[in-house]
Amino acid sequence: MTHKTVIEENIDILVCGAGLGGTGAAFEARYWGQDKKIVIAEKANIDRSGAVAQGLYAINCYMGTRFGENNPEDHVRYARIDLMGMVREDLLFDMARHVDSAVHQFEEWGLPLMKDPKKGTYLREGRWQIMIHGESYKPIVAEAAKKSADKVFNRICVTHLLMDEAKENRVAGAVGFNVRTGDYHVFKSKAVIVAAGGASNIFKPRSVGEGAGRVWYAPWSSGSAYGLLIGAGAKMTQMENRIVLARFKDGYGPVGAYFLHLKTYTQNAYGEEYESKWWPELQKMVGKEYLDPELAHRTHRPIPTCLRNHALISEVNAGRGPIHMVTMEAFQDPHLEEIGWHNFLGMTVGQAVLWAATDVDPKNENPELTTSEPYVMGSHATGCGAWCSGPEDVSPPEYYWGYNRMTTVEGLFGAGDAVGGTPHAFSSGSFTEGRIAAKAACKYIDDGKAEGLQVSQAQIDGRKAEIYKPMEHFRTYRNEITAGTVNPNYLYPRQGLDRLQKLMDEYCGGQSVNYMTNDKLLNIGLKKMTILEEDLEKIAAEDYHELMRAWELKHRHRASEAVFHHTLFREETRWPGYYYRGDHMKVDDDNWHVLTVSRRDPETGEYTMEKAPCYHLVDEDE
Amino acid sequence: MPTFVYMTRCDACGHCVDICPSDIMHIDKVTRRAYNIEPNMCWECFSCVKACPQHAIDVRGYADFAPLGHSVRVKRDEEKGVIAWRIKFRNGQKDMELLAPITTKPWGKHVPKLAEVQGPTQEMRDSQLLYNEPKYIRMDDGDIHTLKSNGLKMKAGVYY
Repeated sequence: MTHKTVIEENIDILVCGAGLGGTGAAFEARYWGQDKKIVIAEKANIDRSGAVAQGLYAINCYMGTRFGENNPEDHVRYARIDLMGMVREDLLFDMARHVDSAVHQFEEWGLPLMKDPKKGTYLREGRWQIMIHGESYKPIVAEAAKKSADKVFNRICVTHLLMDEAKENRVAGAVGFNVRTGDYHVFKSKAVIVAAGGASNIFKPRSVGEGAGRVWYAPWSSGSAYGLLIGAGAKMTQMENRIVLARFKDGYGPVGAYFLHLKTYTQNAYGEEYESKWWPELQKMVGKEYLDPELAHRTHRPIPTCLRNHALISEVNAGRGPIHMVTMEAFQDPHLEEIGWHNFLGMTVGQAVLWAATDVDPKNENPELTTSEPYVMGSHATGCGAWCSGPEDVSPPEYYWGYNRMTTVEGLFGAGDAVGGTPHAFSSGSFTEGRIAAKAACKYIDDGKAEGLQVSQAQIDGRKAEIYKPMEHFRTYRNEITAGTVNPNYLYPRQGLDRLQKLMDEYCGGQSVNYMTNDKLLNIGLKKMTILEEDLEKIAAEDYHELMRAWELKHRHRASEAVFHHTLFREETRWPGYYYRGDHMKVDDDNWHVLTVSRRDPETGEYTMEKAPCYHLVDEDE
Repeated sequence: MPTFVYMTRCDACGHCVDICPSDIMHIDKVTRRAYNIEPNMCWECFSCVKACPQHAIDVRGYADFAPLGHSVRVKRDEEKGVIAWRIKFRNGQKDMELLAPITTKPWGKHVPKLAEVQGPTQEMRDSQLLYNEPKYIRMDDGDIHTLKSNGLKMKAGVYY
């Protein structure tokens, strides 16, 4: 079996993955690198790729500094308490001070942002969220990226980063294959910005069949941000900090606009408010510092998302489920009813499909809520991702090594889900992070840091053989059996994914064990992960589509392995409601008010774990 | 649902194949029509439904929790800059039509081409500013926020 090799050389900036982070990177790179060669490699079609492919009905990260609404540090404090203290505040401050620039430009480009007719500001859904008609959010920002890039390669599944052989720990490009033609693609580049996606579908979903596609985060978010970076030996942070979402049952439709704008609220099956009764017991686990309902009521400091999940999970376990969203009051107002439906059509059409199928009219009945399976990502209310340098003027020494958003591998930058410790970036913040990374990557090149890159033919040929191995494997063993999917020599990607999801669920705190794990379970799980990795060498692919699924699975496995190591390392329950360490059920600020940092040695596969100090943004005189 | 394709409407133009973010809309080799090859990797994102010039693609809710007999149809028009939806309930009690804008400007015309704008000065390169800043990032259109300007510092330790 031969595959054509397509080599793209002399690239300055290669953007791997063009969702919101990648489009921001490609767009901005042209400004700082007017003569630079900017290339995008995207697994799908840039017009509808990434988590925003089907649109959004809100931009969840907008300061409104221009209108005197918030300053960047206000958002940092909000993200800090929501994540129980564990964030990179230098990166958050940096994102927040730039994000409004992105949002206002989106409006100039034609994105319909709703206005507050009285104030002249954007229409607020909550303190940080503004409402948009965002069905075409992605195609609009894609236009910006396409205008800046020299070339856009759609349908390229990037599998590995290329490493420089002249200087250790320096990136030199990336490789992958075209999922339609099967061609092998080599991108030689001075700097690489990884803006690929976080990980859906690594924990067993609640749905059992077709509905496995109706995951909360897009099914095509295959953890490639982590698979690529970990594979290159970049340090990762906060990978234990998976997120569980309280959402409308089965459709996983968003609840933000319902809570914030429509003023709907939750109650248990018997019509009772249930959250407050769980606070005293929970306060003993996490401390009054993190859960202070009176202070929250007085100052509007939010109760962390994970803790509200904890109350929901606890109430259901106490036998008073299901939890309902009380929509029957708000939906009597025809205007609010219309917003409620538009909200789904703009970003989660599947929820509208489900309510139409089940005759759920929220005007006449209060729909059910549930908690999802966990997800590993870094742009919503959680901050998994790479350990990246911050900006020169904000970051303390431990957080700064020369180039903003550069990982611990030279020339390798991150944006969006790829960057760790920066929750609550959402779409606009991810785009902004891409812009920041692009400016820094141009500077890295202009400073002469990418001179003398060497990539041997052996490296290129070696990766090529590795990439197509699942197809060779299939051909070698297919005819040993008569027909069917059962073969003692190989697994199909779907079979491997089922195994990964089951073991993540049972050993790493998935939904079927109520998000509970401990050191013993994690150690057993890690052993099974090692054996699964051996079996992934025997994965089979019948065609290029399946070859893509094979590599997505390998990326998901790599991300999951990091989740195991980080979860084992942090000996506390920092985010009850996201997951529980049964052997350490409390928040432990004496030992664990730190960020967790890992590195997997690409040669040996060995993990090393360390604690990094947690710096906070405080007033000058504090 | 996952998506499905009506045999009599599909002309195998391939728009759905081109746009599907999950790479699951393929052309069947026998019928020469598009179909969903992997329904459990379909997000019901409607990208293919919106892209189909023949309106040949529809969605049937996920079999493990959505009963049959519902309909969510869509027509997206870039020229007019609107998207129109129609939602019909299984029991026939509810039939809604909803219309929303998708853009406020002619498609793609107002996105700047950065290769053609004046490049940054060295001073701007050495600053923390991004393209087009400090426009929009401050109330007074002053310089970018810094720790100093906002009276802040970074301090290691336990703060909430």
